[in-house]
Amino acid sequence: MRKVAVVGGGQTKFGELWDTSFRQMIIEAGTRALEDAGISGEEIDAMYVGNMSSGQFIQQEHIASLIADHSGLAPVPCTRVEAACASGGLALREAMVAVASGIHDVVVAAGIEKMTDVITEVGQEALATVSDQEWEAFVGATFPSFFALMARRHMHEFGTTEEQMALVAVKNHHNACLNAYAQHHVELTVERVLQSPLVSSPLKMLECASLTDGAACLVLVPLEEARKYTDTPVEIAGSGQASDTIALADRESLVGLRATREAARKAYRMARIEPKQVDVAEVHDSTTISELMALEDLGFCRKGEGGKITEEGLTAIDGTLPVNPSGGLEGRGHPIGATGIAQALEIVLQLRGEAGKRQVRKAEVGLTHNVGGSGGTAVVHLFRRR
Amino acid sequence: MHVPRFWREIPNRYTLVGTRCGHCNKVFFPPRAICPRCRRVGQLEPFRLSGRGRIHSFTTVYSGPRDFKDQLPYVLAIVELEEGPRVMAQVTDCNGEEVKIGDEVEMVFRRIKEEGEEGIIHYGFKARLVRKAGAGGS
Ligand SMILES: [Zn+2]
Repeated sequence: MRKVAVVGGGQTKFGELWDTSFRQMIIEAGTRALEDAGISGEEIDAMYVGNMSSGQFIQQEHIASLIADHSGLAPVPCTRVEAACASGGLALREAMVAVASGIHDVVVAAGIEKMTDVITEVGQEALATVSDQEWEAFVGATFPSFFALMARRHMHEFGTTEEQMALVAVKNHHNACLNAYAQHHVELTVERVLQSPLVSSPLKMLECASLTDGAACLVLVPLEEARKYTDTPVEIAGSGQASDTIALADRESLVGLRATREAARKAYRMARIEPKQVDVAEVHDSTTISELMALEDLGFCRKGEGGKITEEGLTAIDGTLPVNPSGGLEGRGHPIGATGIAQALEIVLQLRGEAGKRQVRKAEVGLTHNVGGSGGTAVVHLFRRR
Repeated sequence: MHVPRFWREIPNRYTLVGTRCGHCNKVFFPPRAICPRCRRVGQLEPFRLSGRGRIHSFTTVYSGPRDFKDQLPYVLAIVELEEGPRVMAQVTDCNGEEVKIGDEVEMVFRRIKEEGEEGIIHYGFKARLVRKAGAGGS
């Protein structure tokens, strides 16, 4: 198996991009990634695109062909991968596997979601289809309600407070203010988060990621050839993926995600990296409680202590383990299929030392964590500066 | 929702019939066709649940899909049934403040939602708090 490196990346602005179409978005992100890598379209051997639901959001399936075609890259093979909100992380993994195997040399890993071409209700109903339609959505379960049920249980078992959860939103919105590509540029306070309208108790509006348009792309090559393209290659040192029950009620426990723990275990083992060696992480904060559980499941603290280490400031940009310096799903925005790629792009920028005002100190090792649905899929990647 | 998709689930949705693995005795509701523990060794047979259980977690939903708009806000819970499986259900005849983790519930047959004026009316189970006489409930 060959080692794989990221040699370039790019993204669109994340937000409500009403004047930009799906195809314009992917071209914009792709062009930036190719320019960053210093390659031309002829060099690309294959593309993998994470997308949750172009069918529901823009009534367009077969986007693999559409993207290859409108990027001017046909007949380059293009493959769409889907695992709800983990689609982007999965596209990255498939692209990595393609390069590692030797079947392709230069591969694009992309992610895209165009969510604001439908009215908000339709967007939210589309999101709810990541759950079990027959037994969860059928009785009125919504996307935020899954995390609300986990939050309530986490509060019950560990005494996690609504203030600790609100701090995640405050931190991630602060970080997003330092990211020009982020959707939300607004500083929050704990009071303002707590006073925002309840979506699904105990979670409030400012604790949940919003509907977002966005696309992001990365260029992957074999590590041994990476210096032909860049002086600052970033190795994908580890990759892990795991599944769990689609229905939340069927899980062994509601206070964490088994898929995250399993994916992390595999990624750490492959990279021979331990949690304490991670210098910066982008985790899947679809809601505030999601980030607290991720800190625990990824091994950054013990189960139940996610709120505590957040309160102590460990996860701030100047903390000992900066988490979501990009603003995360809450601040940067969560265009479903694009999120996993945008997370990896942020880690690449951090490890190259190109993250500007949100640059974390001494970043050598980075981690990304991408979750599908309420935890039916998780993908974890580890990156190392080379 | 097209009629057959709803109609084929009626035995389970109307009567709380799940499945039980003949090999390890684990009970599944909603029903599973394969026991994840025993897989091909297990023989799954229909199993009727009592409908008694406890609140494992709960939330009050304030923003929901269009089919549920007229019910907002509603309480949604994960109920741990006494035979072991957990199931997602609305908690009926209560408001969010009355519910606590660990509360005893019984599953009752209710209308779940209507698909507009002329669409299908869906039925299934909701959870209802068991209010014990003399325990302050009425
Ligand atoms: Zn069994």
